Amino acid sequence: MALTRWWSRGERLAGKPSGALLAVEPQEWLGVATDVAAAGGQLLALWATRYPDCSPAALVRAAYLVDGGLLVAQLPVADPAHRYRGLQELYPAAARMQRAAADLTGILSDAADRRPWLRHAAWAPDQHPLSAPPPIPAAPAVDDYAFVRVEGEGVHEIAVGPVHAGIIEPGHFRFSVVGEKVLKLEERLGYVHKGIERRFTELPLLDGHRLAARVSGDSAVAYAWAYCQALEGMTGTAVPPRALWLRALCLELERVQNHLGDLGALGNDAGFAFGLAQFSRLKEELTRAIGATLGQRYLLDAVVPGGVAVDLQDQAARTLAVVLARTSSRVRELHAIYDDHAGVRDRFAGAGRVEPELAQRLGLIGLAGRASGQGSDLRVDSPWPPYHVITPKLCMRRDGDVAARVAVRFDEVEESCRLARALLSELPGGALAAPVPAAVAAPLGVGVIEGWRGPVLVALESREPGRIHRCHAHDPSWQNWPVIEHAVMGNIVPDFPLINKSFNLSYSGHDL
Amino acid sequence: MLKTLRTIAGVGIVSESPPEPDDELRLRDALQAQIQSVLGRALAIRAVDSGSCNGCELEIHALNNPIYNIEGLGIRFVASPRHADLLLVTGPVSWNMAAALKRTYEAMPDPKLVVAVGDCGCDGGVFGRSYACAGPVSAILPVDVAVPGCPPSPQRLLQAILTAIRPRRA
Ligand code: SF4
Repeated sequence: MALTRWWSRGERLAGKPSGALLAVEPQEWLGVATDVAAAGGQLLALWATRYPDCSPAALVRAAYLVDGGLLVAQLPVADPAHRYRGLQELYPAAARMQRAAADLTGILSDAADRRPWLRHAAWAPDQHPLSAPPPIPAAPAVDDYAFVRVEGEGVHEIAVGPVHAGIIEPGHFRFSVVGEKVLKLEERLGYVHKGIERRFTELPLLDGHRLAARVSGDSAVAYAWAYCQALEGMTGTAVPPRALWLRALCLELERVQNHLGDLGALGNDAGFAFGLAQFSRLKEELTRAIGATLGQRYLLDAVVPGGVAVDLQDQAARTLAVVLARTSSRVRELHAIYDDHAGVRDRFAGAGRVEPELAQRLGLIGLAGRASGQGSDLRVDSPWPPYHVITPKLCMRRDGDVAARVAVRFDEVEESCRLARALLSELPGGALAAPVPAAVAAPLGVGVIEGWRGPVLVALESREPGRIHRCHAHDPSWQNWPVIEHAVMGNIVPDFPLINKSFNLSYSGHDL
Repeated sequence: MLKTLRTIAGVGIVSESPPEPDDELRLRDALQAQIQSVLGRALAIRAVDSGSCNGCELEIHALNNPIYNIEGLGIRFVASPRHADLLLVTGPVSWNMAAALKRTYEAMPDPKLVVAVGDCGCDGGVFGRSYACAGPVSAILPVDVAVPGCPPSPQRLLQAILTAIRPRRA
């Protein structure tokens, strides 16, 4: 009930359908957060923006997913030295987002943890990349991060990373263990911080989608679509139906590619190399079919402002549909094999469990959330075109362990193959893209797309024609990384790679 | 178990012959022989992500699938730089990774080769040089071969690796 008044006070937000922008006073900021939490909503993203020579000098924004809509609360910060009220008690995931906002903009929350998050040794504490001028890069150096120590008899520390043994992204994990058992894990991320948000401000408004697609290359379609959704909302661009159908096709193909890769890697981590061989072959077959029909093996350049840069002839569409049907039936066979294999079952079941209650409290989101009973999927909850026509099915489990995250992937591969084929069979004719007007009608637009990991958000702001003032990209990994610290507690260290892989979170999308 | 065996038998051997060589590179089919004659054993590669968007990693992973079957060519990925002949580096080098990348390189035994992967590895790509990015891998390490693409295909990656190990002609 309490939420109704916030919704009714909000203005229409450009970008994601069913979005509202709510300007709040400092004394209301926490009230909105509290009402959203009471309604079962979640914090999706939190970011700060500086406005040099303007009043207020900065804004902090919090985007909530609640009631099937997107509510963006906007808090003015008149004095950059003033600390705004942190949201970490209601939403634990806010803690790192606030630390990142502090590193990048110098706008601080009142949370007790003042340690830097994305800033390592490359720039000084009093420099802030998103408030001009940019810092001067320092020579390669390593800083001394204040990890939280666990004291006790027989406790020792194991430090892993940033460079890992496999072909994976870099990050640091500090385990406190007794024997083989994990008492505590503390993550340290930020190694692949590339200054993406600063880079956005140097690009033309109509070029930002290329960078957005590379925030996390495995979720390129999701990010590029979110960017374009924001931009198209700001400029009042109507995307042609054929382009929307092709975007959704690309998004589902991206989901299947990633899930196939993960299912193989998870089998391998459980000692079942057969799984890796089979799934990586299936993935390669599909990837080649995508390359042959859409012209890109990975769809990093498929979504462009106003539409798409890919097309499908009828014959190509039929070919792709056949490959998808085959993929789906092969995956069903492999699912039965994984289920039957005692060794695999044994490793998956119970490992890295996140109970639904904990998942809700910590804000676990996306695929991993759905494996812990959090029944949220934007394609289902607030379907945007063309998802309103093809009605995706929610894939959910409640066990919250590696087995559940594997099961959700199996179900989603099948569902996405079905959706992709439905899109292919009803592909509307017409233009591939609409021109995007140069003039911006709304200065702020927010796009949100359900990528394979979960919802990705892009908040785009333009204050001068054709220019980007601020572009914030948010990956669901922000929510889920802290949950891994809980998921591994009480597990043995050798199970960490399996548990970590079952989440398969993004480093690049998080480190920005 | 039966299902597993049936799937193995049903699928059969899917490994392809090595990619068609780029004429310029004159690799022909003798890829494995080349590795053997240069190294006398398998080529050991250590992959390091120095700031990648993870796109290049997807294609590096593909090298291990049964279709490209890189192990069959006598190339394997190793966990430690101390066992590596070649360092495969992705990403524009983020300043936060620069020290770790240097350390990894220094831990490799001589002689060592470096292949910079992707548009980012070649020149910084869309991320460029900035307060957060040193840019190309060559800004931090001596690079032997750089392979563009965003991401480069598995074939191009293989060609780059093989070009790097092939003794340079005068
Ligand atoms: S070259 Fe392209 S795919 Fe590779 S890391 Fe750079 S942006 Fe990502």
